[in-house]
Amino acid sequence: MDLEYGPDYDVFRKQVRAFIEAHSHLAPPSSDRAARPSSKAVEWQKLLIEHGYTARTIPQEYGGFGAEPDILQSRIIAGEFARARVSGGLSNQGISMFVPTLLELGTEEQKLRWIEPTLKGDVVWCQGYSEPGAGSDLANLKTRAHIENGEFVVNGQKIWTSTAKHADMIFCLVRTEPDAPKHGGISYLIFSMDTPGIEVRPLKTMTGHAEFNEVFFTDVRVPLDQIVGQRGQGWFVANATLGHERGMLGDPDALENRLQALIALMQEEHLGQGRAIDNPVLRDRLVALQAEVAAMKYNGMRILSNSLRGEPGGMAKLIVKLQSCELAHQISALAIDAIGELGILYHNSPREREGGAWQWNYMFQLGLIIGGGTAQIQKNIIAERGLEMPREPKLAKISDAAKATADMPRHKQGSA
Amino acid sequence: MDFGLSKDQQMLRDAVARCLADTCPLDHVRECAERDNPLSDKVLRAVQDLGIPGMLVPEEHGGLGMTLLDAAIVAEQLAYAVAPVPFLASHVLAPITLSEAGSEEQKAHWLPKIASGEARIGVAISETIEVRDGAGVSSAAGKLNGTALFAIDFEGADAFIVADSGGRLHLVGAKASGLKAIALTTIDRTRCVGELRFDGAEAEPLADDRGATVARLRAAGRVILAADSLGAGQAMIEKAVDYAGQREQFGRLIGSFQAVKHMCAEMAARHEPCRSLVWYAAHAFDAVPKEASLVACHAKSHTGEVHRFVARTSTEVHGGMGFTDLIGLHYWFKRIGFDRQVLGGPETVRAEAAALQGWIKAA
Ligand SMILES: Cc1cc2nc3c(=O)[nH]c(=O)nc-3n(C[C@H](O)[C@H](O)[C@H](O)COP(=O)(O)OP(=O)(O)OC[C@H]3O[C@@H](n4cnc5c(N)ncnc54)[C@H](O)[C@@H]3O)c2cc1C
Repeated sequence: MDLEYGPDYDVFRKQVRAFIEAHSHLAPPSSDRAARPSSKAVEWQKLLIEHGYTARTIPQEYGGFGAEPDILQSRIIAGEFARARVSGGLSNQGISMFVPTLLELGTEEQKLRWIEPTLKGDVVWCQGYSEPGAGSDLANLKTRAHIENGEFVVNGQKIWTSTAKHADMIFCLVRTEPDAPKHGGISYLIFSMDTPGIEVRPLKTMTGHAEFNEVFFTDVRVPLDQIVGQRGQGWFVANATLGHERGMLGDPDALENRLQALIALMQEEHLGQGRAIDNPVLRDRLVALQAEVAAMKYNGMRILSNSLRGEPGGMAKLIVKLQSCELAHQISALAIDAIGELGILYHNSPREREGGAWQWNYMFQLGLIIGGGTAQIQKNIIAERGLEMPREPKLAKISDAAKATADMPRHKQGSA
Repeated sequence: MDFGLSKDQQMLRDAVARCLADTCPLDHVRECAERDNPLSDKVLRAVQDLGIPGMLVPEEHGGLGMTLLDAAIVAEQLAYAVAPVPFLASHVLAPITLSEAGSEEQKAHWLPKIASGEARIGVAISETIEVRDGAGVSSAAGKLNGTALFAIDFEGADAFIVADSGGRLHLVGAKASGLKAIALTTIDRTRCVGELRFDGAEAEPLADDRGATVARLRAAGRVILAADSLGAGQAMIEKAVDYAGQREQFGRLIGSFQAVKHMCAEMAARHEPCRSLVWYAAHAFDAVPKEASLVACHAKSHTGEVHRFVARTSTEVHGGMGFTDLIGLHYWFKRIGFDRQVLGGPETVRAEAAALQGWIKAA
């Protein structure tokens, strides 16, 4: 354990703070939940990359800042942005899932072509995995691609595709080898959402907005080189992405941001007798959540250290998605309770707090407990892979596939 | 001893359930929820034909003179159908207030109209539970000033019953000058609440009983919200079980996974005792008045917690489908969210329960 913040770190912290003070007026609101980043968010993102406050360890030739990984510096950046409640940059499926996947498994050409515009917010991606019959059982996917005149021709349907309506590009799982075993016949294609033959139908969710979509493919033509990994290896590539998705959904900095917002809320809201935070019961719940967020933050530092040492993340990593999504949901639940009857205001009601963000989060975070691998699937993975418990007999095949993924060689991660 | 619903009560439950199954399918709820005023005339008429508005109106004023347990049975069915109709304030709290604290003249004027469905009264007593945003109403010389948040059954109300900061109740016409009524929108698009701003609005006082009636209203309101939560929870459990019996993944029905079975079983195990608690709380309101406030607190806070769990767990059983609007599961989810917060969330209500038992000083 060496967590000594030497004098260099003090200087670094001062720099970060000075940057935030000088520039925070340029930052988009941190509650911004637009699917397509606003021009303000894009400009902010570029400024952050320029100063190394996001995309910090991604090589410069791919549009990142190119710093050596340094956990303490990353913590300082995250901590200072959360404390100031200023957006620490874009987080979306392209940046958090696709970029790290390309860094690991993409060709040099693909990295050069896609990473920079994705990081800068100019290219927005969506993830075409789930299908009506393939949710938890993702490998059951039926969307297929055959080769015709030197191109893939894609037909089929995806569902629950977040941001597809606003995306420029899709990374998409399709079955290219219909005769291969379930996990073996899948390929990971990338193509433009403007390609003829794609129809996107928004799906309204419980939040009242259409955060995701159905996507239909009819004879969508994709050049043969727009594939990540080899034909038939898509399952492995997809699982690399899923690992990053679970990392993104479990991001301790995002938890820290919501926690800070909750603390501010409970200090501001009055319950007649005093502030919400003066109420011992609500305060106790707050401190309990604060402790859990702290645990997840240090857990994140441990995972990062492991990966820098070239060691596997182990149990610390397997639990991240399950625990963080639950915690995020509980943070919103407490916010709703702390504002009592006002907590149920929504749909732009008078007296609504933070534009209904707490209710939106409460519902959306429940969605994320389901999305990216449900809580139950996470528990199966923890039990079977983490605790090495016996598998359910008929399901041995899923676990075999999961194990094959776990055993796959990993390149050093570029992003932190 | 006989702990259970009477034959008549079972018939009442079945009649309401049948009526709502006919008149209030989910498609109708959706249509209503899209509108600014979501109340359904069609369902309201059907409910009126069953005599529901007059359930708690004494017989001498044209009502059925029934009990809070009867009303709780109806509340459960209304929630089961996510019916967009007024009930809690207009058909429960208002008739109770007028019966217990109205003058003969007020009773004669309002109760028959409530029973026939001709008039509806909204109720605003939230500030006697917890003051938010500095709200509160003062009364002097027959005039009201200040703000009351969360007037229940706000839309279409002809008058409002409003508690002042001393806990005294007043009756004020919806069109009174000096009253500005502002609709609030909540996650639950099947019920209507609003904010009342008074600037010297003329109001009729109800009996000055040092907060006794308002305490009765809190108790009755909480029992009905608990019953509502029960009905919504019941629907969500049934839907989860049905879905788990149809949806296949990994070549199996998802209901055959123990993880899914246990989610459903835990919902049932936590939900079922709530029904008994709600029945007892409703029964106590009429039959054991000295216990009524406390058991109402228990019923409200406990169902609030259990059904928050049921709402999220049923959604989880449905996977991504539960999160979409496609099967409309969220209508029940939101109904449960509303029931939990209105008239005090669990923490607030439990503090009141502790105070009622003399364990802490009243807030
Ligand atoms: C907010 C949100 C955003 C999403 N975004 C995307 C996206 O951008 N791209 C994309 O491709 N997909 C996306 N998804 C889809 C998501 O990945 C799936 O919803 C998820 O994997 C679950 O699949 P399903 O919905 O088909 O549920 P099902 O797999 O049908 O699950 C239903 C229930 O059965 C349980 N279950 C299933 N199998 C087992 C088992 N073996 N053991 C125990 N329990 C089991 C589940 O845990 C769940 O409770 C999103 C979903 C949500 C909610």
